[in-house]
Amino acid sequence: MSEVTLRLTVNGKTHRVRVPPMKRLLDVLRDECKLTGTKEGCGEGECGACTVLIDGRSANSCLVPAVQADGAKILTVEGLSKDGRLSALQRLFVEGGGAQCGICTPGMLVSAHELLARAKGRVPSENEVREALAGNLCRCTGYQKIVDAVRAAARGGRAW
Amino acid sequence: MPRVRSTGRATKPASPDGSVGVSIPKLEAHEKVTGAALYLDDLRVPGMLHGRTVRSTVARGRIRKITLDPAFDWTGVTVADHKDIPGDNVVALIEEDQPLLAAHEIRHAEEPILLLAHESAERVEKALRAVRIEVELLEPVLTVEQALAAKQLLYKDTNIFKEIRIDRGDAASALRSAGVAGTVLVEGTYRTGHQEQLYIENNAMLAERTEDGGLLVRGSLQCPYYVHKALMRAFGLPAEKVRVAQTVTGGGFGGKEEYPSMIGAHAALLAWKSGKPVKIVYDRLEDIAATTKRHPSQTRIRSLVDRDGSLLALDIDILMDGGAYVTLSPVVLSRGAIHAAGPYRCANTSIRARAVATSTPPNGAFRGFGAPQTQFAMECHMDRIARQLKLDPLEVRRKNAVREGDVTPTGQVLTESVGAHEVLERTVRRSHYEAKRKRYAQENVAAARAERAGRFDGRGRRVRRGIGLALVYHGAGFTGGGEVKLASLAAIDITPRGRPRILSASTEIGQGTRTIFAQMVGDALGVPAEFVEVETPDTGLVPDSGPTVASRTCMVVGGMLVDAAREMRAELTAFHGAEWSDAPGFERAARRYLAEHGALRAEKRYRRLAELSWDDDTYRGDAYGVFSYAACTVEVEVDLDTGETTLLSVTTAHDIGKAIHPVLATGQIEGGIVQGLGWALLEDVRWKDGRVWNHQLTNYIIPTAVDVPTLDVEIVEIPYSRGPFGAKGVGELPMDAPAPAVVSAIAHATGIQIDEVPVLPEKLLRAHSQASVG
Amino acid sequence: MRAALGELAIARPKTLAEALAEVDPKAHSTPAVPIAGGTDLYVYLNAGTLEAPRFVDLWGLRELRGIRESGEALRLGATTTMSQIREHPLLARRYPALVQAAAEVGGRQIQNRATIAGNIANASPAGDSLPALLAYDAIVQAKSARGGRTLPFESFYQGYRKLALAPGELIVAVDLPPPAARATHFFRKVGTRRAQSISKVVFAGLLRLDRAGLVEQVRLAYGSMAPVPLRARAAEEALLDEKLNAPTVARARAALERDLSPIDDIRSDREYRRQVAGNLLEQFLRLAAKRK
Repeated sequence: MSEVTLRLTVNGKTHRVRVPPMKRLLDVLRDECKLTGTKEGCGEGECGACTVLIDGRSANSCLVPAVQADGAKILTVEGLSKDGRLSALQRLFVEGGGAQCGICTPGMLVSAHELLARAKGRVPSENEVREALAGNLCRCTGYQKIVDAVRAAARGGRAW
Repeated sequence: MPRVRSTGRATKPASPDGSVGVSIPKLEAHEKVTGAALYLDDLRVPGMLHGRTVRSTVARGRIRKITLDPAFDWTGVTVADHKDIPGDNVVALIEEDQPLLAAHEIRHAEEPILLLAHESAERVEKALRAVRIEVELLEPVLTVEQALAAKQLLYKDTNIFKEIRIDRGDAASALRSAGVAGTVLVEGTYRTGHQEQLYIENNAMLAERTEDGGLLVRGSLQCPYYVHKALMRAFGLPAEKVRVAQTVTGGGFGGKEEYPSMIGAHAALLAWKSGKPVKIVYDRLEDIAATTKRHPSQTRIRSLVDRDGSLLALDIDILMDGGAYVTLSPVVLSRGAIHAAGPYRCANTSIRARAVATSTPPNGAFRGFGAPQTQFAMECHMDRIARQLKLDPLEVRRKNAVREGDVTPTGQVLTESVGAHEVLERTVRRSHYEAKRKRYAQENVAAARAERAGRFDGRGRRVRRGIGLALVYHGAGFTGGGEVKLASLAAIDITPRGRPRILSASTEIGQGTRTIFAQMVGDALGVPAEFVEVETPDTGLVPDSGPTVASRTCMVVGGMLVDAAREMRAELTAFHGAEWSDAPGFERAARRYLAEHGALRAEKRYRRLAELSWDDDTYRGDAYGVFSYAACTVEVEVDLDTGETTLLSVTTAHDIGKAIHPVLATGQIEGGIVQGLGWALLEDVRWKDGRVWNHQLTNYIIPTAVDVPTLDVEIVEIPYSRGPFGAKGVGELPMDAPAPAVVSAIAHATGIQIDEVPVLPEKLLRAHSQASVG
Repeated sequence: MRAALGELAIARPKTLAEALAEVDPKAHSTPAVPIAGGTDLYVYLNAGTLEAPRFVDLWGLRELRGIRESGEALRLGATTTMSQIREHPLLARRYPALVQAAAEVGGRQIQNRATIAGNIANASPAGDSLPALLAYDAIVQAKSARGGRTLPFESFYQGYRKLALAPGELIVAVDLPPPAARATHFFRKVGTRRAQSISKVVFAGLLRLDRAGLVEQVRLAYGSMAPVPLRARAAEEALLDEKLNAPTVARARAALERDLSPIDDIRSDREYRRQVAGNLLEQFLRLAAKRK
């Protein structure tokens, strides 16, 4: 089957890829863009390990056909730190025990990032954080330290 | 007594300059939050093939014929079956009854029969559908009752994999005296279901042939030397020709204890045959359907109690479903049996435990390893005793909880670090258990009265609230003589740069192995933890420090490493003539030592503690060096219209001896608690003809962030003199208490005790309707 | 991933007319399967249960997007996402049951991609938004290469996963007529957990009492209780023009038995569903009765 050429901007960098059009965005990111931070946990949009932002909105990249990412701005976990410096949210995950086995962490951080962007500097309530992260399953932490880290990042102001 | 709150901040470090007791950043956290950490599926090897497994779709039968569809283009597809195995067709573990690939007989659904590999993942997926397996069907055994009836024989002439008896005093005579002097007989039967570990990273292994005619197998695993042993046997290779290395592992919880041996051997077989690297990554559907689960159990308890709630006698009968092969069932059963009477004093105890064979996929290791099942039963039973005697569940625990000097059913005298009462009282105090117990009881009566008068809560609902309690303990390390038999070995050496390097096979699976090892060794050597290197668990580089299981990593392996570090420190100090004050000082001394002697390596092998004795034949003696203790209260709101249980709060205190790293320790507790809550309320493996029906994440339900409340965790530190820095085990203990505490809370809210987990809304609503009618 | 994605084709129309041509059985021997957010289709592809070689991408079509007023009604473009529904202030005021349903579809990632027409076209009896659409008497706007037509949502399903759409037709919008003023709106999803779950029972209700306290208008809609999401007409009948007292509620609950035909399945059982459906009806009626 014929492949298509797509242009997507991932973490600010433009990638031209030639892929089968129905290939999953997840696989495009991992195989073509060599960004393996985005993980697959279930392939059916349940676990959220493959969460990325597409034009500012979170999506399970395992459910997105490559063609729909053509021309889009994608943010993955690799785009959260700048020049090797961790974002406040990442730093608080490190310090507060938000990452254990780490496989859910990339998706969790991206979902948290979306929440903090939406909150625009307001500190979301614990319930709000839990609700925003309900599409990201974690089996290690019991969520407490993740929720605490996200709220701590929000308390730190706009530069999360 | 020192303690830390759930914030994970230590009250004080173990030593002024040391890092033990301080929550330093987890060593690999940086790469995990940036996406840089490479898990198995992130690895690409040139020329690599993708492997897939052809499995049985039936529970029991004989393979008649295997056909590769001639209409399919098989070019480039590597096909391997049992005849291709160079060595023995067994998964080497306890008993060697499980084949790597079924040859003739099929003993459970999803049993591997054939392996396929191709460079294209899509192509091999298609090939999978072009294989036809004809099977002569045999009657499967799908329940433990059928297994015990032994009409179909799966294992020897009884279908019983293992039977264990533990006797102390004379429970039978005591029970016969029920009624004498006001004593009361209390009986109950309690059930728990399968549970899937559900690590978020599915099982994944990558195998390559090496130039020396051996194998290199990497993967997501807990026990590199288990895989190593299995590969030696399957390929008839000597130890040095097989190398097994762990890659960053996305969760284990026991689920990557024994099964990676199977997948590793499968990948290796395809690599052996094709000559190319082969990667096998299960998808979620396959992982849930085919890999091990927590053993389902049913436990009958008959007890004799005094009017004041004192336990006089216990007769406990445990039955576990082992699945189709022996695998780890005997040891799961053993831990379950030993913990079955809970952290309570009882002079007359008789425990019988049996694991039986069924035609279902083998059940295996899962956090707690049998103890959550049996302690669930015991804790529910303590509540039943309280109800029958009209006492509060707390009183019954207070009355019977062990103290120093008390004796367990195996005859072990608890000589030190016995935190049962401490964790109980702290949990009760912090959760305001007693006040809430009264308040909810009153409110529930008032709510029922209001509803009869046509008044409801603001949202028109009918809800009841309750608070429940559980008290548990968990032995750290291998059971009985296990550690002695294992004789594990851990070491520290010095890198060419002059840094200490930890050499152990203990794996980091999220819990913090690397970090706490570095902290303990750093403190023992007088250098910062960050200065200590931790070698990858790779059988080519590290000695066999045993598997990463049984809450043994910190206490047992950590203890050996601390001993090794102290020895190294003595050696280096003697050589150097003085102590060093900082890392550069150590580095200088170490480099000088290397220059003179070539190498410095300190090794410790596990040695039996003189005060411990164990007899595996009679199950008498010291089952564990020490126990950790936990109490937990859970508050719930039950919606009588839907049977749904909402968790309002969880409060827990855990006595773990010493929190080497408070954030990681509380992380273990919080994660274990939530797995326990999932087991209690949501997680239900549904079966259809011996196959897992709900093998999708859409239908196997684990808790999300909104399914659990804020967790209030307190760590209690009653040091264990033989543990490094006083530490005991922490990994499994948190799994034990939540489920019975949930049942207890629901009983308080509704008056209905469901003796079975998960307490699905369907069960609760049904029981409530029956209670309302009756 | 069990489907061979590399072998699948997808057309990317620039206009609705081009999209309609892709699904037109006269123009193509194998009409394309429409895909928007992909949140259901990719699940089927992953499990290897969807055999379709060709798709048509509706996600980027401007004509299918947006929420706007259309006369008295509010028109939701076919690819309006659950997040857009959730965040729309006018919807929250006028159609709170639908907004609540949208907020309980999957996690945020799903809500950002799942569309209203996708939820309808997927035709799961458990679809979260569907009872709310029934309670609001939604109207489906369909179009084919040959023209458009209007279908009442209540008769949109002709059987289990069987749509009233003709070959070549696409859902282009969903119209929501204005609900009666001073009505009680109710939505309750009982799922397998508190978020990111599939429903065992889902219920939406709309009820208005007249000045005398008699039921003037009532719509009761259930999901996961029959092969299709449906209105509980017998129960509605039992309530209409009656006072909301205990005998009426009991009659409505009894009538519900005639409306619903729940089954045992992977998520729950018949008896539970039956009982919860009745309990939720009572809960709703209790709330409605309080509102005078």
